[in-house]
Amino acid sequence: MATSAEIGTEGTLQIGEHFKPAQPGSKRRFGWTLLIAYLLLAIGGVCMVTPFFWMILTSVKPAPELVNFSFFPENPTLQNYLNVLNTSSFERWYLNSIIVAAISTSSVVFFDTLVGYTLNKFDFPGKNIIFIGMLGTLMIPTEMLIIPWFTMSVNWNWHIGYTQYWGIAFPGVITAAGIFLMRQFFDGVPNELLDAARMDGMNEFGIWWRIAAPLVKPAIAALAIFNFIGNWNAYLWPLILANSREFYTLPVGLSFFRGESTTHWEKIMTAASLASIPLLIVFLVFQRQIIRGIALTGLKG
Amino acid sequence: MRLTLHQRQIIWAYIFMSAALVFFVVIRWYPTILAFNVSFRDWNVFEGSGPWVGLENYQEIWQDAGKPRSSVTAAFSNTVRYVLFGVPSQLVLALAIALLLAQIRRLSAVFRVAYFAPYVTSAVAVAFVWNWLYQPETGLINQGLDLVGLPQQPFTKSPSQALPSITAVAVWQNLGFAVIIFLAGIQQIPGHYYEAARIDGANAWQLFWRITLPLLNPIIVYLTVLGTISYLRLFALVQNMSPQGTGGPLKSTTTVVLEVYREGFSSYKMGYAGALTVLLFFLILLITIIQLRFFSRRVEY
Repeated sequence: MATSAEIGTEGTLQIGEHFKPAQPGSKRRFGWTLLIAYLLLAIGGVCMVTPFFWMILTSVKPAPELVNFSFFPENPTLQNYLNVLNTSSFERWYLNSIIVAAISTSSVVFFDTLVGYTLNKFDFPGKNIIFIGMLGTLMIPTEMLIIPWFTMSVNWNWHIGYTQYWGIAFPGVITAAGIFLMRQFFDGVPNELLDAARMDGMNEFGIWWRIAAPLVKPAIAALAIFNFIGNWNAYLWPLILANSREFYTLPVGLSFFRGESTTHWEKIMTAASLASIPLLIVFLVFQRQIIRGIALTGLKG
Repeated sequence: MRLTLHQRQIIWAYIFMSAALVFFVVIRWYPTILAFNVSFRDWNVFEGSGPWVGLENYQEIWQDAGKPRSSVTAAFSNTVRYVLFGVPSQLVLALAIALLLAQIRRLSAVFRVAYFAPYVTSAVAVAFVWNWLYQPETGLINQGLDLVGLPQQPFTKSPSQALPSITAVAVWQNLGFAVIIFLAGIQQIPGHYYEAARIDGANAWQLFWRITLPLLNPIIVYLTVLGTISYLRLFALVQNMSPQGTGGPLKSTTTVVLEVYREGFSSYKMGYAGALTVLLFFLILLITIIQLRFFSRRVEY
């Protein structure tokens, strides 16, 4: 497991020993090899973060400063933010994105965990068929389903008024990948523990809710975070389903916002900042869990 | 009525899975069948039906593909080019960065955050930031080229540079995911493999080709398949980086999914768009099978 290996080697690292080789006791590594590694990583890192800084720097510049090129703003201002917030429906788009992401994430956390648990711990007729039937849907690209989904939404009036929230969220309220992932993680929960609870007369739902699920909390957290990010950034389906400005999610609203402010880059960068900074903050706060979760789920998959 | 423990377990299992079973049948499998059905009909999405036209939609795609400078041909050939440019560069860069990250201890977390941040950012925001970076005259990259005395480049404004420019952005955005997975894989390789090889006199180059790379094979296959699928489904970046979202200039950046969106939801040619999604499905399936067949190797030490 990646995390334990990491902790294992980190344990050998002491203060003032930052030139210690990656694999302790192995090949002797000279300082300059490490220096080159840092140099290359730093160059790459600058390439990765410059677009973000440039976005934010542009958003605090008054329009004339975009033409007279200067890297840092000479008269930094928040006026662009006020203008964009006043002339668009960003507050509403935030709200929509939060509602949609919350609906699908809470549903995914509940059902994927429950079904993953059932597929791991229960024996019942039809188990293989059901498992293959769920996993098989991973082969179907969602792009192939958008026309049928749209037809269904129109039939059932999921594209009108407040039911649009459900209309945007429904394709992702249960995920095959999440079920598969949780099924793997319940391997780590000993059956004896569940049997003991059964002896004590606890019902099956209680055993899952009170005993099994709390033991895989880190996996549930990873599942929740990925789903939230994925739904927050979802674009194609919300673009098709949301039929009025009031029900756009952030990416859809942002995309239409560009059409309205063609070459006003300070406005577009302000809007892009407004759309991406909240999630970047979430990412920075949870970066350890997110990156560890990615590594964990990637290796399990 | 008295039930055995096993019988009660079966009932609980089906109760736990009931919502998921409904979901996979109604929201996944039924629409999959409907997608094939739509592609054989002159589908009207608002009526949820349409007359059966057999293979007409496919024939129309075939005829369009024969016309000079057709959107369909451009869409499929561009999509393949995105894969051919994007996937190898993404894998090679990510492996190089992961190998460097595996050498260092200090600042490792900072670099991981920097490389991963674009992955959690909305593709629409990313598209706009890069549009701004790529701008002629005022864009940061062209300002930089000016500074070092190189000629300005049109990037997304030119038919020959637009596709590589968008591919570069897709690589920038997806790189972090591959880096984290590679890094986790590298850290799983037992250190004593390297020690034993070094005792036998192997140099760093041989260690990489004989140990690291073969042992990373499952991860390389996983990332190749996943990466290929994501490039075959490219949409948000292209729609928001090409002029008026049409896949231009001169259809040089359009993709299959963008054509599906335009045919289905701008021109309301649902049957035609549906047939395109079915072709996309078979393209993804075919490429995935080929990749799994030719890249998977069992390595035992």
